[in-house]
Amino acid sequence: MSWFKRKDENIQTSEKKEMPEGVWVKVPTTGETIHRRELEENLFVDPLSGYHFRIGSKEYFNIIFDGGKFKEIADDIVSTDPLEFTDRKKYTDRLEESKKKTGLSDAARVGVGKMNGVDLVVGCMDFGFIGGSMGSVVGERLGVAIDTAREKKIPLIIISQTGGARMMESVLSLMQMAKTSAKLAQLDQEGIPFISYLTNPTTGGVTASYAMLGDFNVAEPGALIAFAGPRVVRQTIGRDLPEGFQTAEYLLEHGFLDFIVERTEMKAKLTQLLKLILHKK
Amino acid sequence: MQYLDFEQPIADLEKKIEELEGISSVGDGVLNKEINSLKKKVDALRESTFKNLTRWQRVQLARHPDRPYTLDYIELICDDFIELHGDRYHADDKAIVGGLATIDGASVMIIGHQKGRDTVKRTYRNFGMANPEGYRKAYRLMKLAEKFNIPIITLLDTPGAFPGLEAEERGQAEAIAKNLKMMALLKVPFVTIVIGEGASGGAIGIGMGNEVYMMENTWYSVISPESCSSILWKTWDYKEQAAEVLKLTATDLQELKVIDGVIPEPLGGAHRDHQKAAEAVKKQIKQSLTRLKKLKPEKLVEQRIQKYSGMGAFQKV
Repeated sequence: MSWFKRKDENIQTSEKKEMPEGVWVKVPTTGETIHRRELEENLFVDPLSGYHFRIGSKEYFNIIFDGGKFKEIADDIVSTDPLEFTDRKKYTDRLEESKKKTGLSDAARVGVGKMNGVDLVVGCMDFGFIGGSMGSVVGERLGVAIDTAREKKIPLIIISQTGGARMMESVLSLMQMAKTSAKLAQLDQEGIPFISYLTNPTTGGVTASYAMLGDFNVAEPGALIAFAGPRVVRQTIGRDLPEGFQTAEYLLEHGFLDFIVERTEMKAKLTQLLKLILHKK
Repeated sequence: MQYLDFEQPIADLEKKIEELEGISSVGDGVLNKEINSLKKKVDALRESTFKNLTRWQRVQLARHPDRPYTLDYIELICDDFIELHGDRYHADDKAIVGGLATIDGASVMIIGHQKGRDTVKRTYRNFGMANPEGYRKAYRLMKLAEKFNIPIITLLDTPGAFPGLEAEERGQAEAIAKNLKMMALLKVPFVTIVIGEGASGGAIGIGMGNEVYMMENTWYSVISPESCSSILWKTWDYKEQAAEVLKLTATDLQELKVIDGVIPEPLGGAHRDHQKAAEAVKKQIKQSLTRLKKLKPEKLVEQRIQKYSGMGAFQKV
């Protein structure tokens, strides 16, 4: 009985689910609690249910780079407010708040280092910073990541977690899709491998550009991966969505991912993959 | 002709003129004088209205149901046209059309979003919202053009890529992403013109020209004003304000250096005079192609990659 449902239900952005504070952490899918240290040791994956808590660039860099050592690049690139954008809040205030809250300077970081001895560039998005939205800074930093991989002739991994393009930079955000894709086309011509690693969630303009352009598209279990998010699709078709719609498992089944890998296995598996294509033992 | 809300005073005056003309007979000096003065008044009103359009009013004009669409431009600009169908994987998308044509004797591959003008056609064209098949058809046609060394023209007019269940299932995001990467490396001249709505990924998915133009009363943005309002203001009611802050008009984008120029429209909008609008579009296409045809294939690729690599506003600290 859905005929009385409001069709134009406003799109609400739900409260962002960051890692909760405290010693005991509740697993949202099972309701069980787990000790924070145990969770950390298991790379923020619940050992019982396999639920992947969302983590950011700091944790991913720690997981991927040997000994947690890497050189950060492109961190000198920061936001301006090109459109002088104001909705209920000023964009500049949103930026400041996000910086304070997360300790980050924007929604993507780039590190250069080694993964099990293999040199590589890793670009990693942070959902905590304005929903991991892609504006000019994210586009430019990832652009530097792509260029660096091309110049040094070393593999590139981009870890995505994002709601899509950053509205507050309007068409300039949109152009980042073209920018990153054009740079990836150049990388492709040089025969340098690019792994796109999709985490929860990866949607919108990011999915419709670099996140879907990997030589290998790999995702974390259960990650939401979409162009239009489930709420918008539900509104469009006016009926309920099939179970598991737009999850990593669903995308794998429909042919858009090479494989799904648990975070705890990610470093080993991506290393294995890179060594295979780089003909390294 | 359908009038928009802000055109109502103009519509009222025009109606009055029509009425007077109905009762006026030849030689009725007083009435004719009245009619002439009203005509002057309506011309002045139209001019002042269209000189001071708000961004939201431009959005309304971009969506005017009588505006020329891609197939209208093709008919008015091209000498002949063979439409090509299908993505060779799944279907022929009706929301993106394309084919080979000539413009004053020179071959082009022309591709654009297509809307429908009446209820049946609107549904048939899915309101100009393409599925993955549309982007994959465009991919195929662009690669064909490259193979035969034929310049590419794309006309953008979409409220967005279709956000449906099957579209997601068949890889809407992947289809657009693949196009972006492919378009960057095309070895032929490529011109893009926004002729109506340029909504987000669905628009740029066929829009990476060496040169990009917008018609005077069009918009191009990462999101529609309505959706922006619903997300940032949590209600649909702030679309006018959203249009203002999104800076989505042709002159805005020219100032932001995202596009190369603005194509003027007839007074009152492109829908008032399709022929004149088409002439302006044709003139721009010919100018751009003359310029781009002088560039070698590698230069065209280099220019395009540099153009899009340079997009964005940031600072270094």
